[in-house]
Amino acid sequence: MKYNIEGLEVEEKDGEMILNMGPHHPSTHGVCRLVLKLEGERAKEIIPVIGYLHRGVEKICENRTYPQIIPITDRMDYLSAMNNNLVYCLAVEELMGIEVPERANYLRIIAAELQRIASHLIFIATFGADFGSWTIMMYGFREREMVLDLLEEMSGARFLYSYMRIGGVKRDVSEKFVEQCKKTLNIIEKRLVDYENYINENEILLDRLQGVAKVSAKEAINLGLTGPNLRASGVAYDIRKVDPYCIYDRFDFDIVTRKEGDVYARVMVRIDEIKESIRIVRQALRELPDGEIRAKVPKVIKPPAGEVYARVESPRGELAVYLISDGKSDKPYRIKFRTPAFANLAAFPHFNKNLLIPDLLLSFASIDIVMGDIDR
Amino acid sequence: MEEDKIINQLKEKFGEKILDAKIQRARRVVITINRDDIYEVCKYLYENGYEYLSCISAVDYEDRFESVYHIFNAKTRVLVQIKAIIPKDDPKIKSVYSIWKAADWFEREAYDMMGIVYEGHPDLRRILLPHDFKGFPLRKDFKLTPAQWFEKKG
Amino acid sequence: MVAELVDYIMSNKILLGISKGVVVGLFIILYASLMVLFLTWVERKVAARIHVRYGPNRTGPYGLLQPLADGAKLIQKEDIIPYAADRLIFTLAPVFAFAFAVLPFAAMPLADGLILADLNVALLYIIALASLSIIPVIMAGWASNNKYSLLGAMRAAALNLSYEIPLVLSIMGVVLVVGSLNVFDIVKYQTEYIFGIIPKWIIILQPLGFFVFFVASIAEMSRIPFDMPESESELIAGFHTEYSGMKFAMLLFAEYIHMVFGSMLAVLLFFGGWHLPGLGYVLSFLENFLSGFAYTVVKWAIQFGVIVAKALAIMFVLMWIRMTLPRARLHSIPTFYWKYLLPLALINLGITAVAVAVVG
Repeated sequence: MKYNIEGLEVEEKDGEMILNMGPHHPSTHGVCRLVLKLEGERAKEIIPVIGYLHRGVEKICENRTYPQIIPITDRMDYLSAMNNNLVYCLAVEELMGIEVPERANYLRIIAAELQRIASHLIFIATFGADFGSWTIMMYGFREREMVLDLLEEMSGARFLYSYMRIGGVKRDVSEKFVEQCKKTLNIIEKRLVDYENYINENEILLDRLQGVAKVSAKEAINLGLTGPNLRASGVAYDIRKVDPYCIYDRFDFDIVTRKEGDVYARVMVRIDEIKESIRIVRQALRELPDGEIRAKVPKVIKPPAGEVYARVESPRGELAVYLISDGKSDKPYRIKFRTPAFANLAAFPHFNKNLLIPDLLLSFASIDIVMGDIDR
Repeated sequence: MEEDKIINQLKEKFGEKILDAKIQRARRVVITINRDDIYEVCKYLYENGYEYLSCISAVDYEDRFESVYHIFNAKTRVLVQIKAIIPKDDPKIKSVYSIWKAADWFEREAYDMMGIVYEGHPDLRRILLPHDFKGFPLRKDFKLTPAQWFEKKG
Repeated sequence: MVAELVDYIMSNKILLGISKGVVVGLFIILYASLMVLFLTWVERKVAARIHVRYGPNRTGPYGLLQPLADGAKLIQKEDIIPYAADRLIFTLAPVFAFAFAVLPFAAMPLADGLILADLNVALLYIIALASLSIIPVIMAGWASNNKYSLLGAMRAAALNLSYEIPLVLSIMGVVLVVGSLNVFDIVKYQTEYIFGIIPKWIIILQPLGFFVFFVASIAEMSRIPFDMPESESELIAGFHTEYSGMKFAMLLFAEYIHMVFGSMLAVLLFFGGWHLPGLGYVLSFLENFLSGFAYTVVKWAIQFGVIVAKALAIMFVLMWIRMTLPRARLHSIPTFYWKYLLPLALINLGITAVAVAVVG
């Protein structure tokens, strides 16, 4: 029997079964559709079909003025809206040559790192749901809720913040926030030990995670994996270090890497990254200077003609924006978002051949995709 | 300076084929080439430590298309931006899939949105839009109205 | 009129048998259903407490009416049969599932002397029916004409082979010790004491056997970590993906009845059934006040309460395991059963056989 999968002819031979996993499936994290060619329960071929959440963000952006684009970037990777805001603002500022005030820079880093903590926590939570442990899911959401409280205190929103502004940030934080932040970080740090113990002292779980869906360092680079997925293969590649933006070069933190390159490594890298993020936020809180939170920017933002490629380390990997201005209008000529989940999902079929469905789904969960980020 | 070094290297190797080369800012190098040379330049960069393909994007200018490649070297920390010029009437360019597997979906997206055909790509289909979509929405001459309707297929 | 009818039924042997069967059957169903309703509430509460949340607390005191509300909701749901499904088998599967889940209770004593069918080979009957429970799963998976259902059913069939054998072998250890397949005899055996203090519950004589039995019966109940047939994050809902409304409720019921049945069996075989140290004194004390029928009813109620309390304790452990452990890896499960559990069960059987031969 022959199937037409979005223009691709796939033939189902004897002993094979074409299984449509998604767009509505509890483990595909949104509306991703994986077409699997199964032999028994072993997936011989994986064909991802995406685009169910495509909103044409790049086209919409071409018809909006520069400040109007900030809320649109929120809606791409909705689990790390702060980082999306940040990369866009960095691009526009670089194009216009705006210097961001010190305090704003620190606030940006606090926001971005808190967002990273929240995003990794939700990763652990949904990952727990995928391997059948609802307890971990509840735990993850409990901790994330506290981080969201902090972000709400900062920006006034819990999910889609639009906190960054071109030339600074939206709101200042109070002393109360600093205290609350310190307290929350202490709690999260303590509870991270629980997560680690849960994973490392559970034979059944280790059996499921270790050695599944391995990807070597060389392969991972060539496949375009970035972020924690790449670092889990032992490549110390973190935009915050290799191509520093904002004021990340002032902070003392390590790139978390693991050698194994399997699902287990991808989970543990994220847990360890939460710790590094806590370190960064603590430093930033300690050194938080006084002063302006927004630079003087023109009323109508009209950057000179030119192009810029700004990139940040989002929780999912390398998030970049390629922005071209023609210098004539207050709308960008072309804006292209290089989103991490898109590249990670593109790499997914290459290193997951011949896995059983349960292993495949765990591997799928471990690359931590967000459909809004992929389809844009 | 690493930025100068890579420009000189490229100029030495490819000579006239590098139409333009400049340093945009620290760690950013922009070079412009013709579409015919893209594979050789990418291959050369890949063999010289530029292992990370960050992004492939396509841009529609008034007189030309550009396929823009961002390639990063984690050792020297230089990001090279290659702009390959493609004529408007014949939007074709060689695929770099055989160098970076990461190019797979980036090229498909550029094809989907801008209609640039990457020759040698193993599976160049639409990726974000339905496979029976007509037109290329990110081109400047694309008409947003009337809306398209799709059949239920596949 | 009514009296005449009763007389007629009493005088006709066949009719008497049928009517007895109906009454008894209804009682089992009622008893099992009430247990299940309570159990769903307990499970939700326990899960919630482990998850650091409250659980149902709006419907009735402590949310106790939540199962009834769920039932009312499920009855109202549209009963969907997929267009391409095999209608007959699709409809029969939940019925069979429910029937096979309930039938073993006929041979399970609820108290001393309170049993619906006192069989000499009760254990054989119970095991045989428990093994049948795989058939409705395969029926449901096949008839739904859904690839996920089919995968779930095939998983269940494949794993069934690996856990049934250690399960039965572990029960054989008990049978060897007691020397009878009758559940009454097994419980009676456990009412004695070792050295006059320690109750002679079989778990003390057969700890290894109990371990094998417990692990294998988790798989029999298809619960985490062995819930392969329906692992919701992989196969959506496995074999009952396409079911809705009351058909779904019946499949769900069957599953919980398996849980009740499994823990009841564990209590009867390993934890002394209705026996509790000191309970004998209470009963003989009560015998002084009550007489005849009234005493029997009170005795049954107390003994039944003891069984239920013990079973609930086991069920709590089952829930605890479910909330704590993740789902096991699919191809590690047969390995685990064939390579570790089966040898353990055989070792247990061997030791027991030798011990019985030596001690007598």
